[in-house]
Amino acid sequence: MSEGLIVSNLSVDFGAVNAVHELSFHIRPGELVALIGANGAGKSTLIRTLSGLITPSQGMASWNGVSLIGRRPEELARQGIVHISEGRAVIPELTVSENLALGGIWRRDKKDVEIAREQTLAIFPVLASRLGQRADSLSGGERQMLAIGRALISRPKLLFLDEPSLGLAPLIIEEIFRTIDALRTQFGLTVLLVEQNAMSALRIADRGLILNLGVLVATGTPDELMADPQLRAAYLGI
Amino acid sequence: MFIDTLLIGLSSGAIYSLMALALVLVWRSTRVINFAQSGQAVLSTYIGYEITVRTHNYWISLPIAIIAGALLGSFIDLLFIRVLTKRVKSGPIAEIAPVIATLGLLGLIQSLIGLVWGNAFLQYPSPLSAKGFTFGSHTIPFSPQNAMIVLSSAAILAIFGIIFKYTDLGLALRAASFQPEIAQLAGVRVARVRNIGWAFAGSAGAVAGAVITPTSTLSPNSLDLLFVSGFIAAVIGGLDSLVGAVVGGVVLGVGFSFILQYIGSSVTFLMGFIILMIVLLVRPRGIFGSKAGRHA
Repeated sequence: MSEGLIVSNLSVDFGAVNAVHELSFHIRPGELVALIGANGAGKSTLIRTLSGLITPSQGMASWNGVSLIGRRPEELARQGIVHISEGRAVIPELTVSENLALGGIWRRDKKDVEIAREQTLAIFPVLASRLGQRADSLSGGERQMLAIGRALISRPKLLFLDEPSLGLAPLIIEEIFRTIDALRTQFGLTVLLVEQNAMSALRIADRGLILNLGVLVATGTPDELMADPQLRAAYLGI
Repeated sequence: MFIDTLLIGLSSGAIYSLMALALVLVWRSTRVINFAQSGQAVLSTYIGYEITVRTHNYWISLPIAIIAGALLGSFIDLLFIRVLTKRVKSGPIAEIAPVIATLGLLGLIQSLIGLVWGNAFLQYPSPLSAKGFTFGSHTIPFSPQNAMIVLSSAAILAIFGIIFKYTDLGLALRAASFQPEIAQLAGVRVARVRNIGWAFAGSAGAVAGAVITPTSTLSPNSLDLLFVSGFIAAVIGGLDSLVGAVVGGVVLGVGFSFILQYIGSSVTFLMGFIILMIVLLVRPRGIFGSKAGRHA
């Protein structure tokens, strides 16, 4: 029962907006779960709490039995719990190559860092041709690939992806989501994918969680969620 | 005459560069203007002085002063700055509190020095001749001591340059200063990396103090003016650029040297102020500063 990500009774106090209230859910190892909700629903707050950036006011969260609460984000990252923050989480002042290197900077197994880097460049060949360029010269989609690529080099087990589609063109969004789907199979990742773009996210997700004003209003498989006319109208935008 | 003036300018510029570098290292890692910098540098210099007097060997004292400077910087971050930034997170004084603390620390360090060594001007024995090199009948004002100042500053700058550009530590230092949160999420221990930034800054200041002091005298306030020049140099360079700090220091040193030579000593400091004002008015982010408005 302690397998995977378990969140129980988790609350974060922030005043009215962006807070989360007594959330409980479970993500099994290898699952890809989409967390859907409008702006201010508390999606980012939730994953920022799970990755150690915010301290919750109550509740617990654990990954394979180990608590995530009260730990520093850098320590969680070193445990394979990697959060790719909203809006292309790259360091614009550093080159593509340096951004990638950052993902493996703390790892002892430098040989595997090199292997992971090769794999990443094979998955995102566009990065291979831009290694010496500063990250702020990349397009939005390329930056998102770089952020994911950096995460891959750290050999993550649990991935929190915050709005990877934000500000990207529809074709690029499709490509990013296809890549995420392929990666989780290739590397056996467990993924919590935060999205406002409900349809794209549910297309690749095993399950969806719908969050509204900090409260979980529905969970289910994409088919179940989309079969509910009320949910469709209120949250899925279809 | 022109070459002489240029060489003298390079020698003082090298020192300004080191001081500017120390300020920039702290600013980049913690976003704090460290007013205690001259106090830290002068305390490491007193430690070097004590070792030199006891061992009669300057070359033993130099590395010890550098290590002392690094430890001092690290302690100040651990004992004061980190605590303050953790406790005072919001409110009108949140950003200014650590800066005020560095001002307090400056006073603390300097009175501590007064208690231990007294306030008298001490003569720091020089390892090298302060007499200018002689070519035929012409003696230039540039001495072996000046040469050591330039060379040791250049060496320190080169070492920092290599660390920042080519090592994992340097990458972590840059990542943590540009985007601390993203660096953290990538697994960089940002607090530790910041502390290393403070230690590097302390050691840069220690080198400045240890190589410049034998050319004048040592007192609790003897590096204060140097700090001001270093600060101007850092601002000219953009405050968060390492290259900018070096260029700013050299420009200021050479500029001062020419003003001193051709106009007179009474206006040098005024000129420093004027240069600072012009840079701030024309190009507020400095010559090498990154785009304004990135983060505070």
